[in-house]
Amino acid sequence: MNRIYLDNAATTAVSQEVLEKMLPYFTQHFGNASSVYDTGRDARKALEEARRAVADSLHAKPSEIYFTAGGSESDNWAIKGAAYAHQGKGKHIITTQIEHHAVLHTCEYLEKQGFEVTYLPVDEYGLVTAAQVEKALRPDTILISIMAANNEIGTVMPIAEIGRMARERKVLFHTDAVQAIGAMEVDVEEWHVDMLSLSAHKFHGPKGVGALYIRNGVRLDNFVHGGAQERGRRAGTENVAGIVGLGEAIRLATLDLPAHVQKVSALRDTLIKGILEHIPEVRLNGHPAKRLPGNVNVSIRYIEGEAMLLRLDMAGIAASSGSACTSGSLDPSHVLLAIGLPHEIAHGSLRFSLSGDTTREEVDEVIRILPGIIKTLREMSPLYEMRNQ
Amino acid sequence: MYSEKVLDHFNNPRNVGELEHASGVGMVGNAKCGDIMKMYIQVENNIITDVRFKTFGCGAAIATSSMATEMVKGKTLEEALELTNKAVMDALDGLPPAKVHCSVLAEEAIRAAIEDYIKNQKGD
Repeated sequence: MNRIYLDNAATTAVSQEVLEKMLPYFTQHFGNASSVYDTGRDARKALEEARRAVADSLHAKPSEIYFTAGGSESDNWAIKGAAYAHQGKGKHIITTQIEHHAVLHTCEYLEKQGFEVTYLPVDEYGLVTAAQVEKALRPDTILISIMAANNEIGTVMPIAEIGRMARERKVLFHTDAVQAIGAMEVDVEEWHVDMLSLSAHKFHGPKGVGALYIRNGVRLDNFVHGGAQERGRRAGTENVAGIVGLGEAIRLATLDLPAHVQKVSALRDTLIKGILEHIPEVRLNGHPAKRLPGNVNVSIRYIEGEAMLLRLDMAGIAASSGSACTSGSLDPSHVLLAIGLPHEIAHGSLRFSLSGDTTREEVDEVIRILPGIIKTLREMSPLYEMRNQ
Repeated sequence: MYSEKVLDHFNNPRNVGELEHASGVGMVGNAKCGDIMKMYIQVENNIITDVRFKTFGCGAAIATSSMATEMVKGKTLEEALELTNKAVMDALDGLPPAKVHCSVLAEEAIRAAIEDYIKNQKGD
């Protein structure tokens, strides 16, 4: 069976080019980047090339890039590091209700440590405004953390406006840009961000490696205490092969970005249109225009997300859902509840996330298969029966 | 994460549908939690001669409904009332811990249908 992978917001396949670039760093250039002999020097050189590639793609300086083990670690470092370094000034943090758990659970942890957190509500599309953030500012606010784009519903936040306001008001601004890299132009100057998190496996790089951009001059507590790696701020022998993979993946992801965005968003729009036209009582979640190029998120009434995923999987299609059964808790996705969906509609959500590898044929196949799956499950549903009565 | 048997009952659910002149109908769960099970039973001479279900819910909810209907069909009401969630789970070769509540719903749905039948009998 031809497998159709449409869960690229969860993770992507490592591209062949990235893999080939990484392989020599497991064997031939296995050295410790801190060593003086030549295999160590090779590793060091590769590390600094990757740092430059990440910096270039963000319009940052190489000295502002710190390698981490991924998006969650970068979020943890940015938020805890800023909170602890600036708690003398205040203990208030502003974020939104629809952040990734790496941000939300870090904020909840800090609340237990005596910090206060404002979780801003979002509108029906998942948007916050700069004015809303500004209104939440207090004299003791030390940090604003707002994602660049939402992983579930794909909504793209007005980061540059929020950043400009934060800069004027002299409050540190962090953005979780894990979903944004390779999906839009990311410019730390234009965005006025002080910290930015990213993760390689979201744009065809390897898992377990990411980076945190920290603007020169921004004070953060160090994250891992140990050796002198990452200038002593994030100790531990570097994951050289992974970092090389990150560097190559981000270089490729930002190459021909406008053409890539155009191609993927056209496929996205075809899929959205196909679903809305072929299936009754479906709603699109997220913003119709301010949307990640690869994100399709719909709620299909009267049926439950996991059941749809299992049926799709039987048909060779990989997708995801925000239903309780897939979130591992009793509640459906916090993002879908925050945009105002009732529980039973949130349980019926389905997310397809496309990548540059997605083809028109794959999108057409989903549009062909999905209506039948929905029909079968609806015929089994007592909710659908009640609606018909 | 699911056993072969769960996937089989999810993909080919037995006894899906409604019974137009059911002797008893039971509905448990709620949409907010993401699971609703509705069971229809036909009772003749104290025996469940036919049973149908409709379920809104995940794969485990549909599979446990399907298995529970198979387990009570042809049984006396007393035997059917003895059906436990554990028996449904065992018959499906187990469920992931987060899905145990689905088997509880299946047990409750069967019981609710039988109670509805008993109530209808008394009403007559």
